[in-house]
Amino acid sequence: MEMVIKFIAAAVISGTPLLYGTVGEILNEKSGHLNLGVEGMMSMGAVSGFMVGYYSDSFLLSLIAAFLGGAVGAAIYAVLTVTFMADQNVTGLTLTIFGIGLGNFLGLYYLGLSESGTLKLPEKITGQMRSINIEGLSNLPVVGKLLFSYNPFVYLGIVIAIVLWWYLKKTKTGLSLRAIGENPSAADAAGIRVTKLKYINIILGGGICGIGGVYCAMIINNGVWISNSVGGFGWIAVALVIFAAWSPVRAIFGSFVFGAFNILRYYVPSVGIPEAFYDMLPFLVTALVLIVTSIRQSKENSQPAGCGINYFREDR
Amino acid sequence: MAETKSTNYAIECRGITKSFGSVKANDNINLTLEKGEILALLGENGSGKTTLMNMISGIYHPDQGTILVNGEEAVINSPTDAMNFGIGMIHQHFKLVEVFNAMDNIVLGTKEKRRKPKVLKQEIVELSRKFGLEINPEQKVYNMSVSEKQTVEIMKALYRGANVLILDEPTAVLTPQETEKLFEILRKMRDQGRSIIIITHKLNEVMAVSDRVVILRKGEYIDTVKTSETSVTELTELMVGRPISLEIERLEVDRGDKLLEVVDLTVYREDGTKAIDDVRFDIFRGEILGVAGIAGSGQKELCETIAGLMRPKKGAILYEKENIIGKSPKEIIDLGIHMSFVPEDRLGMGLVASMGMTDNMLLKSYNKNKGIFVDKKPAKKLAQDLIGKLEIRTPGTETPVRHLSGGNVQKVLLGREIESSPNLLITAYPVRGLDINSSYVIYDLLNEQKKKNVAIIFIGEDLDVLLELSDRIMVLCHGEVTGIVAAAETTKEEIGLMMTDSVRGEAEAHG
Repeated sequence: MEMVIKFIAAAVISGTPLLYGTVGEILNEKSGHLNLGVEGMMSMGAVSGFMVGYYSDSFLLSLIAAFLGGAVGAAIYAVLTVTFMADQNVTGLTLTIFGIGLGNFLGLYYLGLSESGTLKLPEKITGQMRSINIEGLSNLPVVGKLLFSYNPFVYLGIVIAIVLWWYLKKTKTGLSLRAIGENPSAADAAGIRVTKLKYINIILGGGICGIGGVYCAMIINNGVWISNSVGGFGWIAVALVIFAAWSPVRAIFGSFVFGAFNILRYYVPSVGIPEAFYDMLPFLVTALVLIVTSIRQSKENSQPAGCGINYFREDR
Repeated sequence: MAETKSTNYAIECRGITKSFGSVKANDNINLTLEKGEILALLGENGSGKTTLMNMISGIYHPDQGTILVNGEEAVINSPTDAMNFGIGMIHQHFKLVEVFNAMDNIVLGTKEKRRKPKVLKQEIVELSRKFGLEINPEQKVYNMSVSEKQTVEIMKALYRGANVLILDEPTAVLTPQETEKLFEILRKMRDQGRSIIIITHKLNEVMAVSDRVVILRKGEYIDTVKTSETSVTELTELMVGRPISLEIERLEVDRGDKLLEVVDLTVYREDGTKAIDDVRFDIFRGEILGVAGIAGSGQKELCETIAGLMRPKKGAILYEKENIIGKSPKEIIDLGIHMSFVPEDRLGMGLVASMGMTDNMLLKSYNKNKGIFVDKKPAKKLAQDLIGKLEIRTPGTETPVRHLSGGNVQKVLLGREIESSPNLLITAYPVRGLDINSSYVIYDLLNEQKKKNVAIIFIGEDLDVLLELSDRIMVLCHGEVTGIVAAAETTKEEIGLMMTDSVRGEAEAHG
């Protein structure tokens, strides 16, 4: 029993960067932009957040820097695809390559500056990354461990997901945004400022991905800078969007399930299954999910109809 | 909407000019729209009607000229601006979000606070009653018929307080009954002081609904006439530029052997509903069999079953006494059965929108090439022939067909099917939304095929045309054949009755 609780708690911690990436990508796709640059935006968020945290000792500044790092990546993407109407797939892939490269390049540069040859976040920040401890709640049996024992990122991620769900579902701007993703020319004809809303939401989505990136650097990598710090989470997030059927709330569940696949190796008795199998597992499940979900057809729970197609008002 | 100057004009266009590249779509056009009138904007495909209206509704900018709203110069930079001036446009391709319900589509982009669905619903229902529109605010758009979608579009404009309503070919996809209903609504709006511009090329509709007519030809302004002082013949002449005959010829061809016999055919749709119910008919070489029926009575499924795209539940399709059920679409094409289906959105079936004419020709013929390489030359030649023969207006054979206007796309589709020298040609709605001239080109094409002893199944929506062109007419109603009659011996009323008679019966049966 205790093992199961530990497993679930570990899955949540491991799945949180996926949550940020997925929610950010949902916002992009709801604007009608299939952004394959999640991995890149996360990497940019990781490096900017880590370095600002390292030099400023401030958790808040680090968080803001991570958001801005991802947002800058998304802004590049938005300029290219919204304004210059570059192909979305190609631009997204390029953004991934660029973002990973930039992260590694800056990482190496700062490693060169450090005397010890390693970069480790100061205790002041990692201290804040520890699991919260609420008197009377965190000590409760089972519930305490399952609900009140995580680092602040986990709660922030869940809050962001729920707020975005509410934003998309209940607000006028959310309605406008969904209309843009489905049929930009209908939105345009209805007087919605298509370009402005696309920019805002793509950049916001990128910022959220950026926070997911710094989570990888701080928690998954234990606060030590390593190259390729995001390590493929961004790609799984792109697929998770489909698994979550474009709903930020379902993304919470989806990312924790995939987090479980990530850490499964530590919780099953070793019966001679090679390590590499576990590395592959999340990607294998991703592929299976893509196949299964492509069979399921429901108009409301599928990709926005205008996703992947750039909008040009005078085109027919 | 304060009226500063007293003027009778809701909208006035002065010297509007707009070019796309080297093509002048509008050249120095003048137009006035009085308050409380229905103005018809008449012209053939490519005469610049839609371009002009797009400038009034803020989609395009005029290169030159001014637009006056209520007597004051107006700069309309976007659809929002147009809306603020009280101008609402209902486009030919509906601008609706499919996954939203009617209500969400109607309020989309408006400035007011988001209200409780209940309150909003009430408001929408009240507004719709005022003009006699029927709408279910909670129905999703993807579950709606074309005419219901159109109602949502009209409601969208009214909800935003439109005083001027522009409708771009609103009747192109409606049944005669739906059209009459729409006209009734438009008249009601006019009587309540709103102004309406209706773009069309159907002359009987112009005569039926409008107060005045503005005629455009090849981007130029030709004339404005009062509907009560003109005639169909005069309008045709103004529109086409020369007098043309409006008679459709029914060629007398000796009908040949029986080519196709359909026996007890029953087909179900994917969702399990019955699309075709025990249908039985035959067709001979050198015959045009017209198929009449309200949209969705099983026409599409009939086409697709004969073409091998759908499997019937029971029954047989005998082609020269051989049952073709179970054959693949390609085998059926090789037998000489060709289908051209023009769907409601015109581009959905048969052509690849982003490919040029040459490549679209290749789609049906590349198999005949030997070796692994594709020989483009014959396809290109065919494309060029078609451009000349059918007067297709396109910049070139490699221009993606989606850049062509609707009528030209249809000519490409039908032209390709005819050029493959079929034995049986199935054509559904080939003149959907076409102007007079293009329609007659297509009727001539069909007659030419008939002369070559081709059997033709012509699925149409205009009963007048069906009556004049076909040899026999089969009437479908809810997937059942309610009658097969000789076209020369029947009347429009009789067919209309067969189209609806059992509809009434079924409505009663369902309570």
